[in-house]
Amino acid sequence: MMSNQEPTALERFINGILPENPVYRQLLGMCPTLAVTNGLKPAMTMAGATAFVLICANIMTSLMRNLLKPHLRILVFTLTIATFVTIADKFLAAYLYPMSKVLGPYVPLIIVNCLIISRCEICSSKQGVGTAIADGFGMSIGFALALASIAGVRELLGSGTLFGFEILSPEIWPAWGIMVLPPGAFLTLGLLLGLAEWIGSMKKKTA
Amino acid sequence: MSQEKSKSSNYIAQAWLVILLGLLYGGGLAGVQLSLKDKIEENKRNEIYSQIPELVQGADREKVEALVLTGADGKESVVYKTLNSDGQVAGWVIRAAGSGFADRIEVLIGLSATADQVSGIFVLDQKETPGLGDYITGADFLARWKDKPADGSIVIVKGEAQKEDQVQALTGATVSSDSVAAIVNSAVKNMVEAIKKQK
Repeated sequence: MMSNQEPTALERFINGILPENPVYRQLLGMCPTLAVTNGLKPAMTMAGATAFVLICANIMTSLMRNLLKPHLRILVFTLTIATFVTIADKFLAAYLYPMSKVLGPYVPLIIVNCLIISRCEICSSKQGVGTAIADGFGMSIGFALALASIAGVRELLGSGTLFGFEILSPEIWPAWGIMVLPPGAFLTLGLLLGLAEWIGSMKKKTA
Repeated sequence: MSQEKSKSSNYIAQAWLVILLGLLYGGGLAGVQLSLKDKIEENKRNEIYSQIPELVQGADREKVEALVLTGADGKESVVYKTLNSDGQVAGWVIRAAGSGFADRIEVLIGLSATADQVSGIFVLDQKETPGLGDYITGADFLARWKDKPADGSIVIVKGEAQKEDQVQALTGATVSSDSVAAIVNSAVKNMVEAIKKQK
């Protein structure tokens, strides 16, 4: 099953952060990227919950990789992901109750975050536990960075704060309400995606 | 070996992992639910109880009794009976919900001891438009609901409230304001008789 061309654990880890960034390079997990980035606090809670689910699901599928039947693998992935999402949801409701109210339905919706099932399919169902863990961490860091970049821009321009602390006082910055509304999510994502592409193409030219 | 038997054993051979995982995960989740259930319930209860002194003047947070009363529509709902520090009835809190501009709005409604007046409201849960309708959770808007008649006659007006039964609308969020008024009015009309019988 295992071929020699599969990336190593270190390559998986590094790829997840920038070269194969889940949001900017793979355009996966768009639902949380757009929905919970109106502030850094909800965005980072979401990144943490997603990281927990992704790493746990990667470990489980990697452990079971030799037992998987090809036509039943998606079922096993979904079952595994759904279990860890439910655990994450319950933990948030128990220990971070106000945050779990802010995130509302978006925590249970981690189940349909394609980032997680794609990592099960591409990496952890084919490679060992160590590689799967490295991959999970790399992708989680990449996802967290992407959410932080979008949420940072939106919160700063939309409310003049970062993590709830005032950065731009109302006198010098009239908060752009639209940035914390859904249109702000699309605008910010579009512009940052364009910027990432532009930087990528500049790098290629100079290389 | 008969055809029938090999077929069913084939199913098991194919699906044993899924069945086993289902049982394992199910057990794990049941454990998580059991260990966190009380904590989650407590969080919800705390959120309601922490609002009660704001809604009912003089209510003692430690002396709240949850009652299940049958309203005029025949349905049961939870009403909190609050006492002051002398053990006298300080007021009542109704938990009510209804549709808002975007999604369900859940409110707590405080009533005076005689259940004749709305002493205040608090929005527990809402998903109104951020930046406009979500100001229904703001202290400024909630303060407009103090000492209003508890007979379902509250109306939302644009501009400052002139009469006792008027509440000033939020600018740019008339639908959200109206929704809150509708929820308060219908809940109060529904429950006031049952509450008055309690005394």
